[in-house]
Amino acid sequence: MPAYQFILNGQTVSVEAPADLPLLWALRDMLGVTGPKYGCGVGVCGACTSHLEGEAFRPCIQSVSGVAGSRVTTIEGLGGEGLHPVQQAWIAEDVAQCGFCQPGQIMAAVALLRKNLDPTDADIDAAMSDNVCRCGTYVRIRAAIKRAARQLRGEGPDLR
Amino acid sequence: MADTPQPNEVVVDRRRFLTWVVASPALVVAARLGLDVPSADAAKTEAATAETALNAYVAIQADGGIHATLPRTEMGQGITTGVAMLVAEELDVSLGSVEVRTADADARWLIQLTGLSSTMRYLAGPIRAAAATARARLVTAAANRWHVPAQSLTTVNGEVVAPDGRRACYGSLAEDAARVLLLLVSAQPKNPSAYTVVGQPTGRIDAMQLVTGAARYALDLDIPGAVPVVVARPPTLRGTVRDFDASAALAMPGVLGVARIPTGVAVAAGNFSQAFAARDALNVSWAPGPASHLSDADIRARLRDAIGARPLPPLFTARTLEGRFDFPYLAHAPMETQSCVARVTSDSAELWLGAQDPKFVQREVAQALGWALTPQRVTVHTARAGGGFGRRFFAEAAVEAAHISRALSRPVKLMWTRNDDMRHGRYRPASHHRILAYVGANGSILGWNHRAAIPTVEFPHGFGDVLTSLLGIFLPEVTSATFFALTQHVPYRFGLVGQELREVSLPIPTASFRSVFTSQVGVANEVFVDQLARELGRDPVELRRSQLTSSRLKAVLDKVVLEGAWGRPLPPGVAQGVAVLEEWDSAIAHLVEVDVTGEAPRVLRVVIAADVGLPINPKSIEAQLQGAAIDAFSTTLSAGIHIDAGAVREGSFADYRWLRMKHAPSEIAVHLVRSDDRVGGVGELGYPSAAAALTNAIARATGTMPTRFPLLDAGA
Repeated sequence: MPAYQFILNGQTVSVEAPADLPLLWALRDMLGVTGPKYGCGVGVCGACTSHLEGEAFRPCIQSVSGVAGSRVTTIEGLGGEGLHPVQQAWIAEDVAQCGFCQPGQIMAAVALLRKNLDPTDADIDAAMSDNVCRCGTYVRIRAAIKRAARQLRGEGPDLR
Repeated sequence: MADTPQPNEVVVDRRRFLTWVVASPALVVAARLGLDVPSADAAKTEAATAETALNAYVAIQADGGIHATLPRTEMGQGITTGVAMLVAEELDVSLGSVEVRTADADARWLIQLTGLSSTMRYLAGPIRAAAATARARLVTAAANRWHVPAQSLTTVNGEVVAPDGRRACYGSLAEDAARVLLLLVSAQPKNPSAYTVVGQPTGRIDAMQLVTGAARYALDLDIPGAVPVVVARPPTLRGTVRDFDASAALAMPGVLGVARIPTGVAVAAGNFSQAFAARDALNVSWAPGPASHLSDADIRARLRDAIGARPLPPLFTARTLEGRFDFPYLAHAPMETQSCVARVTSDSAELWLGAQDPKFVQREVAQALGWALTPQRVTVHTARAGGGFGRRFFAEAAVEAAHISRALSRPVKLMWTRNDDMRHGRYRPASHHRILAYVGANGSILGWNHRAAIPTVEFPHGFGDVLTSLLGIFLPEVTSATFFALTQHVPYRFGLVGQELREVSLPIPTASFRSVFTSQVGVANEVFVDQLARELGRDPVELRRSQLTSSRLKAVLDKVVLEGAWGRPLPPGVAQGVAVLEEWDSAIAHLVEVDVTGEAPRVLRVVIAADVGLPINPKSIEAQLQGAAIDAFSTTLSAGIHIDAGAVREGSFADYRWLRMKHAPSEIAVHLVRSDDRVGGVGELGYPSAAAALTNAIARATGTMPTRFPLLDAGA
C-alpha cells in the first residue's frame, strides 16, 4: 500500500492508503481528526470543508494522493494559540445551533476573508452557498462574517 | 408559607405544584425525588470526580462546580444553556461554573423525550425547584456548622456568606448539605422579577467546543475497537433481502465482516471508504417494499378521495369559498445522518447516539436483542445530536447497530449515508386539505370547515408520557388522531368551526416533523384567511384583528405590523404577508416581505413577534425562530420528497433543495412580547406562520394564491 505524506494542521503526517481514498476518511478514521464532518460524501453539503494550501476544499471528494506534499488545515488547526477572529465572531454572534455544519461553515468563511476583507452580501452568498445549515443559522453566519471582516480590517469591535 | 421553615422540606408553592401535576404528571415525580429524599442516594452519579448529589438534577463538585443533569437531548435548541441559566440563577453561582450533562436512558426519569416543544415548558419548574432546594440545603448546612440563624445567611457567587463575614464555598458544604433533614430556609424559587441571569441574552455555554471542532457527535466518540459499518439497502422503502452473495465483498481490502440484518446487509471494514466499496460489491437480490405500487399521483389521488362530500353549510350562508391545498412528504434531513455506536456482548449492550428519546431506544434495542423483559441490560448514552427535528424519536440506527455488533461480535460504529437518510427514513406525511369558508349576505363569516387528509403520523414513542408511549406502539391511529384533536385550533371567531382529520393508511413510514400537523393544517388555514380577506375586500391584518379571540395573538400581530411597517409602499413585484399562530403555550406572528420579480421568489425581510411567556434565554429563542423560518421557507419554496413506485427520489441536498445562504433573507428580526411568566414552547412555534406569511406575501405580489407546495417543484 502506498504512503502519502502531507502537512496536517502544521504537522507532517503519513497515511498508508490506496491512492483514491477520500481524504475525509483518512482524517476521520485513520488520523482521528473528527472536526470535518460527513454530511453527504459527494461534495454538496460542505460539512467537511477544510483548507488545502489555504483554499476551501471538500475532503470527501478529494483523494488522499492528491494532497501529498500539501498543507491541509482542518477546523482543529485553524486557531493556533488562540481563536481565529472568525471563530471569535462566531461566538460573539452566537451562530451555532446543533453545530454539525459549523466547522465547515467557519472554514469556508475564513477562506472567503483571506481573499476578500470587505465582502458584500453577494460575495458572501457566492462563497457560502455550498454549505448547508439545516438549523438555518444563515442570518447569524452572515453577521459573523461581517463582524470578523471588520476586525480583520483593523476596525476594532463592533459596538452597534 | 414561603418564608416559614416547614416541618419537612417540601416548601413548594402548592398552586405551582398542582400546575405541574396537571401539566406533566410524571415529571413531578422526578422533581420530587430531589425534594423528598433526604440523602444523596436519590441521584446516582456516574462521575468519577468527588461530587455530591443534592437531588436528581443538581450535584455539587468538591471545587464548587455545579453539575446539572438534564433528562433531555441537546440537538441545537440551546436547552443546555437554558438549564444552566436556571440553575445558576437559583443557586447564585456564575454561569461558567454550571456544567450540564445529558442523562443516560434511565427508568428513574419518567420522561426523556425531547420534542413537542416540551423541554422548557415541563422542566423549567422542576429544575428551578431542584436548584432552589439545593441552595436551601447549602444554607442550612452552613447555619448548622456556624450555629447562626439560617435566615441571616446569604448566597453570593457560589458561597454562603454570614453577616459577620464568614464564608463557605458550596463545595465545602456539599456533603453536609446532602445530609440535611430539615430545611431552615425557604426552598421557594426566586420571583422572576428578581432574575439577573434568566432572561438575559446569553451565548451558548458550549460555543467554544462548537467553533473549534471539539464538540463530539456519536461518530466522533472514541469507543475502543468500534469499526466502521454501512448497510446495503433496498431500492424501495422497506424492501427486504431475498438473498445475497458476499463473496466478492468479503475479499475486498479492509473488510472485517458482513451481516444480514432485517433492513439490509451490513458491511464492517477498517474505514468507511472500504465499507462503501465492499457494500457496492455485495450482490443482493431485493424484494420490493410494501409501497412499491405507490407513486406521487396515486398518493395525491388517495388523499383527495378521502376528503369526501361537502357538509351542509350553516344557516344564512350566501357564499361558500373553497380552498384546496397539497403538501408534500418531507424528510427531516438533519445534518448528522442517523448514526450509532454499539457494543453488544452476550448479556449486555451499550449504545451511543443522539437520541430524542433514549428510553424508547433502550426499549426497542432490548426487544430486538430478545431482552424485552430485561431492558436494563441495554445502556443508552445520549450524545450531542447534529439536529433532530423529530427524526431522532426513532431508533432504527440503534437497532441495526445492535444487531450488527452482536452478529460480528465486536463494537461497531454504524453510519447511514446521506442517501440512506433521505431514502430510508421517515417522513412528514403528504396531505390534501379542503377548507370551506361560509359567508353571509352582509359579509359576515358564518363558518369554517377544514378537512385534512393525512397519512397516519406514527408516534410509537408517545407524547412524552407513559400512557401515549404505550398507545403509540399498539394504536398508532389513536395517537395520531388524539394529537390532531389536541393541537389543531382555529384562533378566530369564525362562527361554526370544524376541523377534521381524515386518516389515510399508506405503507410509507412517517414521523412527526417540526410543528407536526400544524405544518400543514395551520399553514393552510392562515393562507386561506388571506384569501377570505381578498374575497371580502378586507385588509388581511384588519380582518384578523377583528376576529382574533386571543389578546396574546392580537399583541404579537400588532407588534409585527408596527415593526415591519405593514402597508409601507413597495416596488412592483414586492409584497408583504402576515400570519399568526398560538400553540405550545406561546403566540407568534410573522411579517414577510418577498420579491417575485426574479426567477424564484426571494424573501427579503422577516419580522417576527413572539410571546413565549418568560423568555429564559432570548438568544436561543431568536435562533430557534430564525431557524424555523428557514425551514418554513425551504419547504414552502423548494424542498419536497417525491415517491416513485415506492422509492424516494431525492438523495441528498443536491435535489432536496433546502435554502442556502444565497436564498436566505439577510434579516430575520425577532421581537419578544411578554404577557406573563409562564414558560411557553419555542421549537415548533416558528414554522407554520412563517410558511403562511411567505405564501400570503407571494399571493399578494402575484395576485394568485399558491395552493401546492413546494412552489418550485422541479418534479411536478
